[in-house]
Amino acid sequence: MPGLPLPLGEGTRVRFMYHQVEIVKEPVQTEPNVFDDMVINVGPQHPATHGVLHLVITLNGETIKKVEPHLGYIHRSIEKMCESLSFRQFIYVTSKMDYLSSHINNHGCCLCVEQGLQIEVPQKAQVIRVLMDELTRIASHVLWWGAMAMDVGALTPFFLSFREREMINDIMEESCGTRLTMNYMVPGGVMADVHPNFVRRVNEFISHFKSKIDEYDELVTNNVIFQNRTKGVGVLSKEDAISFGVTGPSARGSGVSCDIRKLYPYEIYQQLNFEEVIETAGDSFARYVVRLKELRQSMHIIEQLINNIPEGDFQAKTKAVLKLPKGEFYSRVETARGEFGVYIVSEGGTTPYRIKFRSPGFSNLSVLDHIARGAKIGDLVAMMGTLDLVIPDIDR
Amino acid sequence: MTKEEQKLKLQEQYPSATFDETGQWLVMNITVADWLPTAEAMRAAGFDYMFCLTCVDFKTHLTMVYHMESTTERTPLVVKVQLDRNKPEIETVSHIWRTAEFHEREVYELFGVNFLNHPDLRLLILPDGWEGKNPLRKDFEDPVNMIKL
Repeated sequence: MPGLPLPLGEGTRVRFMYHQVEIVKEPVQTEPNVFDDMVINVGPQHPATHGVLHLVITLNGETIKKVEPHLGYIHRSIEKMCESLSFRQFIYVTSKMDYLSSHINNHGCCLCVEQGLQIEVPQKAQVIRVLMDELTRIASHVLWWGAMAMDVGALTPFFLSFREREMINDIMEESCGTRLTMNYMVPGGVMADVHPNFVRRVNEFISHFKSKIDEYDELVTNNVIFQNRTKGVGVLSKEDAISFGVTGPSARGSGVSCDIRKLYPYEIYQQLNFEEVIETAGDSFARYVVRLKELRQSMHIIEQLINNIPEGDFQAKTKAVLKLPKGEFYSRVETARGEFGVYIVSEGGTTPYRIKFRSPGFSNLSVLDHIARGAKIGDLVAMMGTLDLVIPDIDR
Repeated sequence: MTKEEQKLKLQEQYPSATFDETGQWLVMNITVADWLPTAEAMRAAGFDYMFCLTCVDFKTHLTMVYHMESTTERTPLVVKVQLDRNKPEIETVSHIWRTAEFHEREVYELFGVNFLNHPDLRLLILPDGWEGKNPLRKDFEDPVNMIKL
């Protein structure tokens, strides 16, 4: 009805929100309209951001005009820190970046050091590394599945996902000594042999998980409410996914073939039988489906290896002090979130001269503004959830 | 495509560039002035995925390092551009590869490289109102928050 005054009077909404207009300093593309635009802060402490991420969202009614991520709340300057750590030490810091795939982060760094020193990793160590990687991937995807369902309003899956995750954490605890930041990989292999119970417990886990993964589908995937919340939401085209550098399951949901395990096979991935999961719809539901299918692929990889761990050394003989030759080294691995790159510039000393971590979360976050524009504010968590952001991985 | 073939092909297109084949991937060195036209030509030639963008401080100069590849051919290429350390300026490529927008903002605050024509060059990770030196430069010292061991 025209003529009816707004509850607060025109423009007051924005004026009375403390400092929030100042936070959006310079308009990016759209002219802000201080009388119609509403600026809200999501985070730094918000359950849907899964960490200390701060989003400044400009709204027009319920429609998102702009999403601005403000990072740095958990920035530890890991790249600078690594410049004063030796080639053995810096690997341990990288567990703290993407703590949900810490094994794979360590793996990428070890590959880069091994490439520089031309260390041949024993067959047994390669098998153990791949097993640990895939267990980590399952643990990460399972946690994401629970958190994603919780974001869109289903609380039960979160508890179910932790049931499976606990089993993996127990396996990790036995072999690696810790449950979250494992620091198990060292240049040349792994730190210690696996625990005698390892094979039995992984087999138990696989048979348990096989019976439970269908429950995941029944509970969430085939749920009409969930499908309505995610289908057609946050559509990302293939071209944009490549241009924004989106990788991992988020990009594979848009039809981009980007699995480093297939494109640039490392360790023994070339000899293994698994499929690269690709969906073409590009929406949140496609990204969801990719991750659930990847769970089955990871299980398939573990099944091929777990009863065939070869005999031999778990670590190659390396010098006590590692010195990388002068040059540049780059290694790429596939974490649960996408492509993780390690770029080392060495001047021939015992510490890296410069190190850069290409973290998948950083690029995946940059696409959020693009896919959220024009969508409704209620769909934002469904988009963010399927991008699977881990904030320490973004801030580094 | 091998490194040799890639080099021969690129040498024809960019005669002023110098190449380095010693590393894992082919490295192409070009000057700052050549960067924007080269980047546009490379995007048109199929290099559609930039997977790493960073900068290295070599004390005498800064070097921008761009890792890129084509998603159809998958032959990575490294492009390096040397910058003046006292007044580092380079054209942005965020309109060519959208991922560069965030990565350039990161390099801007950590190395102090000024990206010309960048749509939104503001601090990303460092706190608002950060003054002083750029943390990833080699001469950065922070006595309060020690990051060296």
